Amino acid sequence: MEDTHKITLTVNGEQHSAEVESRTLLSDFLRHELGLTGTHVGCEHGVCGACTVMLDGKAVRSCLMLAVQAQGHHVETVEGLAASEDDLHPMQQAFWETHGLQCGFCTAGIMMTMIPFLRDTPDPSEHEIREALSGNLCRCTGYQHIVEAVQSAAAKLAAEK
Amino acid sequence: MVGEHGPDAKLLAGGQSLLPAMNFRLLQPSALIDLNQIPSLSYIRREADGVLRIGAMTRQSEVEHHPDIRELVPLLHETMPRIAHRQIRNRGTIGGSLVHADPAAELPVVTVALRCQFRLRSPKGFRWVSAPDFFVGMFTTDTQADEILEEITVEPSPKRTGSAFVEVARRSGDYAMAGVAAMLWVDEDGRMSEARLVYLNVGDGPIEARQAEESLVGRVPGGAVFAEAARIAAEKEITPFGNIHATPEYQRHLAEVLTQRALAKAAERVEA
Repeated sequence: MEDTHKITLTVNGEQHSAEVESRTLLSDFLRHELGLTGTHVGCEHGVCGACTVMLDGKAVRSCLMLAVQAQGHHVETVEGLAASEDDLHPMQQAFWETHGLQCGFCTAGIMMTMIPFLRDTPDPSEHEIREALSGNLCRCTGYQHIVEAVQSAAAKLAAEK
Repeated sequence: MVGEHGPDAKLLAGGQSLLPAMNFRLLQPSALIDLNQIPSLSYIRREADGVLRIGAMTRQSEVEHHPDIRELVPLLHETMPRIAHRQIRNRGTIGGSLVHADPAAELPVVTVALRCQFRLRSPKGFRWVSAPDFFVGMFTTDTQADEILEEITVEPSPKRTGSAFVEVARRSGDYAMAGVAAMLWVDEDGRMSEARLVYLNVGDGPIEARQAEESLVGRVPGGAVFAEAARIAAEKEITPFGNIHATPEYQRHLAEVLTQRALAKAAERVEA
Protein backbone atom coordinates (compact mmCIF):
# COMPACT_ATOMS: atom_id res chain seq x y z
CA MET A 1 0.00 0.00 0.00
CA GLU A 2 1.32 3.42 -0.99
CA ASP A 3 1.70 5.32 2.26
CA THR A 4 1.71 8.86 0.92
CA HIS A 5 -1.08 11.23 0.03
CA LYS A 6 -1.33 14.17 -2.30
CA ILE A 7 -2.70 17.16 -0.43
CA THR A 8 -3.65 20.68 -1.36
CA LEU A 9 -4.11 23.27 1.33
CA THR A 10 -3.97 27.01 1.80
CA VAL A 11 -1.26 28.37 4.11
CA ASN A 12 -1.30 32.10 4.84
CA GLY A 13 -3.44 32.69 1.78
CA GLU A 14 -1.18 30.78 -0.57
CA GLN A 15 -2.14 27.43 -2.06
CA HIS A 16 0.33 24.57 -1.64
CA SER A 17 0.25 21.05 -3.07
CA ALA A 18 2.50 18.33 -1.73
CA GLU A 19 2.96 14.61 -1.40
CA VAL A 20 3.00 13.76 2.33
CA GLU A 21 3.47 10.60 4.32
CA SER A 22 0.38 9.50 6.25
CA ARG A 23 2.21 9.84 9.53
CA THR A 24 3.60 13.37 9.02
CA LEU A 25 2.32 15.83 11.62
CA LEU A 26 1.00 19.17 10.42
CA SER A 27 3.66 20.88 12.57
CA ASP A 28 6.46 18.94 10.88
CA PHE A 29 4.95 19.55 7.45
CA LEU A 30 4.84 23.31 8.04
CA ARG A 31 8.40 23.41 9.34
CA HIS A 32 10.20 20.86 7.19
CA GLU A 33 8.29 20.87 3.92
CA LEU A 34 7.19 24.50 3.69
CA GLY A 35 10.10 25.94 5.68
CA LEU A 36 7.73 27.87 7.96
CA THR A 37 9.81 27.49 11.09
CA GLY A 38 7.97 30.21 13.01
CA THR A 39 5.64 27.50 14.27
CA HIS A 40 7.57 25.88 17.11
CA VAL A 41 7.41 22.35 18.47
CA GLY A 42 7.73 21.97 22.21
CA CYS A 43 6.10 19.00 23.86
CA GLU A 44 4.29 17.18 21.04
CA HIS A 45 1.46 16.18 23.33
CA GLY A 46 -0.78 19.21 23.48
CA VAL A 47 0.40 20.84 26.69
CA CYS A 48 2.86 23.62 25.76
CA GLY A 49 0.96 25.39 22.99
CA ALA A 50 4.11 26.41 21.06
CA CYS A 51 2.82 24.77 17.87
CA THR A 52 -0.58 26.51 17.88
CA VAL A 53 -1.76 27.61 14.43
CA MET A 54 -5.15 28.65 13.10
CA LEU A 55 -7.11 26.06 11.16
CA ASP A 56 -10.06 27.67 9.37
CA GLY A 57 -9.73 30.56 11.82
CA LYS A 58 -9.62 28.49 15.01
CA ALA A 59 -6.61 27.90 17.26
CA VAL A 60 -5.46 24.26 17.14
CA ARG A 61 -2.34 22.29 18.05
CA SER A 62 -0.49 21.57 14.82
CA CYS A 63 1.38 18.72 16.57
CA LEU A 64 -1.92 16.93 17.26
CA MET A 65 -3.02 16.88 13.64
CA LEU A 66 -1.71 15.01 10.66
CA ALA A 67 -0.71 17.00 7.60
CA VAL A 68 -3.06 14.90 5.49
CA GLN A 69 -5.95 16.13 7.63
CA ALA A 70 -5.29 19.70 6.52
CA GLN A 71 -6.32 18.74 2.98
CA GLY A 72 -8.65 21.45 1.67
CA HIS A 73 -8.34 23.59 4.80
CA HIS A 74 -6.95 27.04 5.52
CA VAL A 75 -3.96 27.19 7.84
CA GLU A 76 -2.56 30.43 9.23
CA THR A 77 0.84 30.63 10.90
CA VAL A 78 2.80 33.45 12.51
CA GLU A 79 4.51 34.12 9.17
CA GLY A 80 1.17 35.29 7.78
CA LEU A 81 0.57 37.99 10.39
CA ALA A 82 2.78 40.92 9.35
CA ALA A 83 2.29 42.63 6.00
CA SER A 84 6.00 43.53 6.06
CA GLU A 85 8.84 44.04 8.53
CA ASP A 86 7.71 47.61 9.06
CA ASP A 87 4.04 46.82 9.26
CA LEU A 88 3.50 44.37 12.09
CA HIS A 89 0.15 42.88 13.06
CA PRO A 90 -1.30 44.78 16.07
CA MET A 91 -0.70 41.67 18.20
CA GLN A 92 2.99 41.58 17.20
CA GLN A 93 3.35 45.32 17.72
CA ALA A 94 1.82 44.98 21.19
CA PHE A 95 4.20 42.15 22.16
CA TRP A 96 7.14 44.25 21.01
CA GLU A 97 6.07 47.39 22.85
CA THR A 98 5.18 45.74 26.16
CA HIS A 99 8.14 43.35 26.26
CA GLY A 100 5.80 40.37 25.91
CA LEU A 101 8.62 38.08 24.83
CA GLN A 102 12.11 37.21 25.88
CA CYS A 103 13.43 34.09 24.13
CA GLY A 104 10.40 34.01 21.83
CA PHE A 105 9.90 30.26 21.73
CA CYS A 106 6.32 30.41 22.99
CA THR A 107 5.41 33.70 21.30
CA ALA A 108 4.14 32.48 17.94
CA GLY A 109 1.83 29.94 19.58
CA ILE A 110 0.56 32.53 22.03
CA MET A 111 -0.20 35.06 19.28
CA MET A 112 -1.98 32.42 17.17
CA THR A 113 -4.08 31.58 20.24
CA MET A 114 -4.78 35.18 21.22
CA ILE A 115 -5.81 36.48 17.79
CA PRO A 116 -8.92 34.25 17.53
CA PHE A 117 -9.52 34.78 21.27
CA LEU A 118 -9.71 38.57 20.79
CA ARG A 119 -11.92 38.08 17.74
CA ASP A 120 -14.42 36.18 19.94
CA THR A 121 -13.81 38.27 23.08
CA PRO A 122 -12.82 41.77 21.91
CA ASP A 123 -12.83 43.36 25.38
CA PRO A 124 -11.57 40.66 27.75
CA SER A 125 -10.96 40.96 31.49
CA GLU A 126 -7.52 40.09 32.84
CA HIS A 127 -8.99 36.86 34.21
CA GLU A 128 -10.37 35.90 30.80
CA ILE A 129 -6.97 36.55 29.20
CA ARG A 130 -5.22 34.37 31.78
CA GLU A 131 -7.79 31.60 31.29
CA ALA A 132 -7.32 31.80 27.50
CA LEU A 133 -3.53 31.65 28.01
CA SER A 134 -3.74 28.49 30.09
CA GLY A 135 -2.93 26.27 27.11
CA ASN A 136 0.36 28.03 26.39
CA LEU A 137 3.48 27.73 28.51
CA CYS A 138 6.09 30.48 28.79
CA ARG A 139 9.26 29.67 30.72
CA CYS A 140 11.10 33.00 30.71
CA THR A 141 9.18 36.25 30.18
CA GLY A 142 6.64 35.57 32.89
CA TYR A 143 3.01 35.98 32.10
CA GLN A 144 2.58 39.53 33.37
CA HIS A 145 4.03 41.15 30.24
CA ILE A 146 2.18 38.72 28.01
CA VAL A 147 -1.13 39.65 29.62
CA GLU A 148 -0.23 43.34 29.15
CA ALA A 149 0.59 42.66 25.50
CA VAL A 150 -2.79 41.06 24.93
CA GLN A 151 -4.56 43.96 26.67
CA SER A 152 -2.63 46.39 24.50
CA ALA A 153 -3.45 44.37 21.36
CA ALA A 154 -7.13 44.39 22.29
CA ALA A 155 -7.01 48.19 22.53
CA LYS A 156 -5.17 48.48 19.19
CA LEU A 157 -7.63 46.18 17.44
CA ALA A 158 -10.61 48.05 18.91
CA ALA A 159 -9.16 51.38 17.71
CA GLU A 160 -8.79 49.97 14.18
CA LYS A 161 -12.51 49.28 13.92
CA MET B 1 -12.97 -0.69 7.17
CA VAL B 2 -11.64 -1.57 10.61
CA GLY B 3 -12.45 -5.16 9.67
CA GLU B 4 -10.37 -4.80 6.50
CA HIS B 5 -7.36 -3.31 8.24
CA GLY B 6 -7.26 -5.66 11.21
CA PRO B 7 -7.16 -5.19 14.98
CA ASP B 8 -4.32 -2.64 15.00
CA ALA B 9 -6.27 -0.14 12.91
CA LYS B 10 -7.62 2.82 14.85
CA LEU B 11 -10.48 5.21 14.28
CA LEU B 12 -9.26 8.81 14.41
CA ALA B 13 -11.73 11.32 15.86
CA GLY B 14 -10.34 14.64 17.13
CA GLY B 15 -6.95 13.05 17.74
CA GLN B 16 -6.30 14.98 20.94
CA SER B 17 -5.53 11.78 22.89
CA LEU B 18 -4.65 9.38 20.07
CA LEU B 19 -2.04 11.68 18.46
CA PRO B 20 -0.16 12.32 21.73
CA ALA B 21 -0.09 8.55 22.31
CA MET B 22 1.31 8.09 18.80
CA ASN B 23 3.81 10.94 19.26
CA PHE B 24 5.11 9.17 22.38
CA ARG B 25 5.17 5.90 20.40
CA LEU B 26 2.84 4.38 22.98
CA LEU B 27 0.59 3.44 20.09
CA GLN B 28 1.60 2.52 16.58
CA PRO B 29 -1.62 1.80 14.71
CA SER B 30 -1.28 -0.13 11.44
CA ALA B 31 -3.83 2.19 9.87
CA LEU B 32 -5.86 5.24 10.83
CA ILE B 33 -9.41 5.71 9.61
CA ASP B 34 -10.17 9.41 9.74
CA LEU B 35 -13.75 10.07 10.88
CA ASN B 36 -13.21 13.79 10.17
CA GLN B 37 -14.06 12.89 6.56
CA ILE B 38 -17.67 12.20 7.62
CA PRO B 39 -19.34 15.59 8.17
CA SER B 40 -22.72 13.94 8.82
CA LEU B 41 -21.40 12.77 12.23
CA SER B 42 -21.17 16.37 13.43
CA TYR B 43 -24.43 18.00 14.55
CA ILE B 44 -26.49 19.18 17.51
CA ARG B 45 -30.24 18.74 16.99
CA ARG B 46 -33.08 19.66 19.28
CA GLU B 47 -36.16 17.43 19.12
CA ALA B 48 -39.68 18.74 19.75
CA ASP B 49 -39.62 17.31 23.31
CA GLY B 50 -36.32 19.06 24.05
CA VAL B 51 -34.14 15.96 23.76
CA LEU B 52 -30.79 16.91 22.24
CA ARG B 53 -29.05 14.67 19.73
CA ILE B 54 -25.32 15.23 19.43
CA GLY B 55 -23.29 13.66 16.65
CA ALA B 56 -20.21 11.86 17.96
CA MET B 57 -17.82 13.97 15.85
CA THR B 58 -19.18 17.29 17.12
CA ARG B 59 -16.25 19.38 18.35
CA GLN B 60 -16.15 20.06 22.08
CA SER B 61 -16.02 23.81 21.42
CA GLU B 62 -19.32 23.59 19.50
CA VAL B 63 -20.99 21.83 22.43
CA GLU B 64 -19.49 24.46 24.75
CA HIS B 65 -21.03 27.39 22.88
CA HIS B 66 -24.33 25.88 21.73
CA PRO B 67 -27.37 27.89 22.93
CA ASP B 68 -29.67 24.84 23.28
CA ILE B 69 -27.17 23.10 25.55
CA ARG B 70 -26.77 26.22 27.64
CA GLU B 71 -30.57 26.47 28.00
CA LEU B 72 -31.53 22.81 28.47
CA VAL B 73 -28.55 21.01 30.02
CA PRO B 74 -26.75 23.42 32.35
CA LEU B 75 -24.53 20.67 33.78
CA LEU B 76 -23.05 19.88 30.37
CA HIS B 77 -22.71 23.59 29.55
CA GLU B 78 -20.90 24.28 32.82
CA THR B 79 -18.49 21.39 32.34
CA MET B 80 -17.35 21.97 28.75
CA PRO B 81 -14.87 24.83 29.44
CA ARG B 82 -13.19 22.64 32.08
CA ILE B 83 -12.04 20.16 29.44
CA ALA B 84 -8.35 20.69 28.66
CA HIS B 85 -7.54 23.95 26.79
CA ARG B 86 -9.42 25.83 24.11
CA GLN B 87 -7.04 24.66 21.35
CA ILE B 88 -7.84 21.07 22.37
CA ARG B 89 -11.61 21.71 22.48
CA ASN B 90 -11.50 23.24 19.00
CA ARG B 91 -10.32 19.91 17.68
CA GLY B 92 -11.41 17.31 20.25
CA THR B 93 -14.81 15.68 19.79
CA ILE B 94 -17.47 14.64 22.28
CA GLY B 95 -17.53 11.07 20.97
CA GLY B 96 -13.76 10.73 20.93
CA SER B 97 -13.47 11.63 24.59
CA LEU B 98 -16.28 9.24 25.56
CA VAL B 99 -14.85 6.26 23.68
CA HIS B 100 -11.34 6.98 25.00
CA ALA B 101 -12.82 6.68 28.53
CA ASP B 102 -9.96 8.27 30.42
CA PRO B 103 -10.84 8.08 34.14
CA ALA B 104 -9.62 11.69 34.47
CA ALA B 105 -11.90 12.97 31.70
CA GLU B 106 -14.91 15.18 32.36
CA LEU B 107 -17.34 13.99 29.67
CA PRO B 108 -17.73 10.38 30.89
CA VAL B 109 -18.61 11.67 34.37
CA VAL B 110 -21.15 14.19 33.14
CA THR B 111 -22.83 11.80 30.69
CA VAL B 112 -23.22 9.24 33.50
CA ALA B 113 -24.75 11.89 35.79
CA LEU B 114 -27.13 12.91 33.00
CA ARG B 115 -27.93 9.28 32.03
CA CYS B 116 -27.11 10.03 28.40
CA GLN B 117 -27.84 7.37 25.81
CA PHE B 118 -25.18 6.34 23.28
CA ARG B 119 -26.01 4.93 19.85
CA LEU B 120 -23.44 2.41 18.63
CA ARG B 121 -23.42 1.55 14.92
CA SER B 122 -22.04 -1.63 13.36
CA PRO B 123 -22.42 -3.16 9.90
CA LYS B 124 -25.31 -5.18 11.39
CA GLY B 125 -27.31 -2.17 12.61
CA PHE B 126 -27.30 -0.11 15.78
CA ARG B 127 -27.98 -0.43 19.51
CA TRP B 128 -28.43 1.98 22.39
CA VAL B 129 -26.38 1.82 25.58
CA SER B 130 -26.91 4.09 28.57
CA ALA B 131 -23.84 5.94 29.86
CA PRO B 132 -23.61 4.02 33.19
CA ASP B 133 -23.41 0.73 31.24
CA PHE B 134 -21.10 2.11 28.57
CA PHE B 135 -18.05 2.69 30.78
CA VAL B 136 -16.73 -0.67 31.92
CA GLY B 137 -13.22 0.15 33.15
CA MET B 138 -10.01 2.04 32.65
CA PHE B 139 -9.89 3.24 29.02
CA THR B 140 -12.50 0.56 28.31
CA THR B 141 -16.07 0.84 27.07
CA ASP B 142 -18.80 -1.51 25.92
CA THR B 143 -18.03 -0.58 22.28
CA GLN B 144 -17.32 -3.77 20.32
CA ALA B 145 -14.59 -4.14 17.67
CA ASP B 146 -17.05 -3.66 14.79
CA GLU B 147 -18.92 -0.73 16.35
CA ILE B 148 -18.51 3.01 16.36
CA LEU B 149 -20.17 5.56 18.62
CA GLU B 150 -22.49 7.52 16.37
CA GLU B 151 -24.75 9.69 18.52
CA ILE B 152 -25.25 10.85 22.10
CA THR B 153 -28.70 11.89 23.33
CA VAL B 154 -29.24 14.12 26.35
CA GLU B 155 -32.58 14.74 28.06
CA PRO B 156 -33.30 18.34 29.04
CA SER B 157 -32.78 18.78 32.78
CA PRO B 158 -36.22 18.69 34.46
CA LYS B 159 -37.74 21.50 36.55
CA ARG B 160 -36.87 21.55 40.26
CA THR B 161 -33.42 20.13 39.63
CA GLY B 162 -30.06 21.74 40.24
CA SER B 163 -26.63 20.66 39.14
CA ALA B 164 -22.97 21.58 39.46
CA PHE B 165 -19.59 20.39 38.28
CA VAL B 166 -16.45 21.13 40.28
CA GLU B 167 -12.89 19.86 39.99
CA VAL B 168 -9.42 20.72 41.24
CA ALA B 169 -6.42 20.80 38.92
CA ARG B 170 -2.99 22.23 39.67
CA ARG B 171 -3.32 24.53 36.67
CA SER B 172 -6.34 25.45 34.59
CA GLY B 173 -6.68 22.85 31.84
CA ASP B 174 -4.52 20.16 33.47
CA TYR B 175 -5.92 16.75 34.34
CA ALA B 176 -7.92 17.24 37.53
CA MET B 177 -6.75 15.50 40.71
CA ALA B 178 -10.42 14.93 41.55
CA GLY B 179 -13.77 16.24 40.41
CA VAL B 180 -17.48 15.61 40.82
CA ALA B 181 -20.73 16.20 38.99
CA ALA B 182 -23.74 16.61 41.27
CA MET B 183 -27.42 16.72 40.42
CA LEU B 184 -30.36 17.12 42.81
CA TRP B 185 -34.12 16.78 42.43
CA VAL B 186 -36.13 18.68 45.07
CA ASP B 187 -39.86 18.02 45.66
CA GLU B 188 -42.55 20.63 46.29
CA ASP B 189 -42.18 19.90 50.03
CA GLY B 190 -38.51 20.85 49.88
CA ARG B 191 -37.09 17.34 50.20
CA MET B 192 -34.69 15.69 47.79
CA SER B 193 -36.33 12.93 45.75
CA GLU B 194 -33.23 11.93 43.82
CA ALA B 195 -29.52 12.74 43.75
CA ARG B 196 -26.55 11.91 41.56
CA LEU B 197 -22.88 12.12 42.45
CA VAL B 198 -20.35 11.01 39.86
CA TYR B 199 -16.56 11.36 40.30
CA LEU B 200 -13.55 11.68 38.03
CA ASN B 201 -10.00 10.42 38.54
CA VAL B 202 -10.74 8.57 41.79
CA GLY B 203 -11.20 5.11 40.29
CA ASP B 204 -10.97 3.19 37.05
CA GLY B 205 -13.67 5.23 35.32
CA PRO B 206 -16.56 7.51 36.21
CA ILE B 207 -17.46 6.45 39.78
CA GLU B 208 -21.04 6.93 40.94
CA ALA B 209 -21.49 7.10 44.73
CA ARG B 210 -24.80 5.25 45.11
CA GLN B 211 -24.78 5.08 48.91
CA ALA B 212 -24.06 8.79 49.20
CA GLU B 213 -26.86 9.49 46.73
CA GLU B 214 -29.29 7.35 48.74
CA SER B 215 -28.33 9.14 51.95
CA LEU B 216 -29.70 12.36 50.45
CA VAL B 217 -33.09 11.05 49.33
CA GLY B 218 -36.00 12.19 51.52
CA ARG B 219 -33.91 14.83 53.34
CA VAL B 220 -34.00 18.59 53.20
CA PRO B 221 -30.90 20.02 51.43
CA GLY B 222 -28.41 21.52 53.87
CA GLY B 223 -24.81 21.60 55.03
CA ALA B 224 -24.96 18.72 57.55
CA VAL B 225 -26.78 16.41 55.13
CA PHE B 226 -24.31 17.25 52.36
CA ALA B 227 -21.33 16.72 54.70
CA GLU B 228 -22.61 13.25 55.58
CA ALA B 229 -23.07 12.30 51.92
CA ALA B 230 -19.59 13.65 51.13
CA ARG B 231 -18.07 11.54 53.93
CA ILE B 232 -19.82 8.39 52.72
CA ALA B 233 -18.64 8.92 49.15
CA ALA B 234 -15.06 9.80 50.08
CA GLU B 235 -14.59 7.02 52.65
CA LYS B 236 -16.52 4.13 51.13
CA GLU B 237 -17.23 4.57 47.47
CA ILE B 238 -14.24 5.98 45.64
CA THR B 239 -10.98 4.12 45.03
CA PRO B 240 -8.30 6.72 44.24
CA PHE B 241 -4.92 5.38 43.10
CA GLY B 242 -2.92 8.52 43.70
CA ASN B 243 -0.66 10.06 41.07
CA ILE B 244 2.38 12.29 40.76
CA HIS B 245 0.40 15.30 42.05
CA ALA B 246 -1.77 13.77 44.75
CA THR B 247 -1.73 10.88 47.22
CA PRO B 248 -4.88 8.75 47.54
CA GLU B 249 -5.53 10.36 50.94
CA TYR B 250 -5.38 13.81 49.41
CA GLN B 251 -7.72 12.74 46.61
CA ARG B 252 -10.21 11.47 49.23
CA HIS B 253 -9.93 14.79 51.01
CA LEU B 254 -10.53 16.67 47.75
CA ALA B 255 -13.50 14.47 46.88
CA GLU B 256 -15.09 15.14 50.25
CA VAL B 257 -14.65 18.91 50.03
CA LEU B 258 -15.68 19.06 46.37
CA THR B 259 -18.82 16.99 47.05
CA GLN B 260 -19.99 19.49 49.65
CA ARG B 261 -19.28 22.41 47.33
CA ALA B 262 -21.00 20.76 44.37
CA LEU B 263 -24.09 19.84 46.39
CA ALA B 264 -24.37 23.33 47.87
CA LYS B 265 -24.11 24.90 44.42
CA ALA B 266 -26.60 22.43 42.95
CA ALA B 267 -29.09 23.13 45.77
CA GLU B 268 -28.76 26.89 45.22
CA ARG B 269 -29.57 26.43 41.56
CA VAL B 270 -32.76 24.39 42.05
CA GLU B 271 -35.11 27.37 42.08
CA ALA B 272 -33.34 29.23 39.30
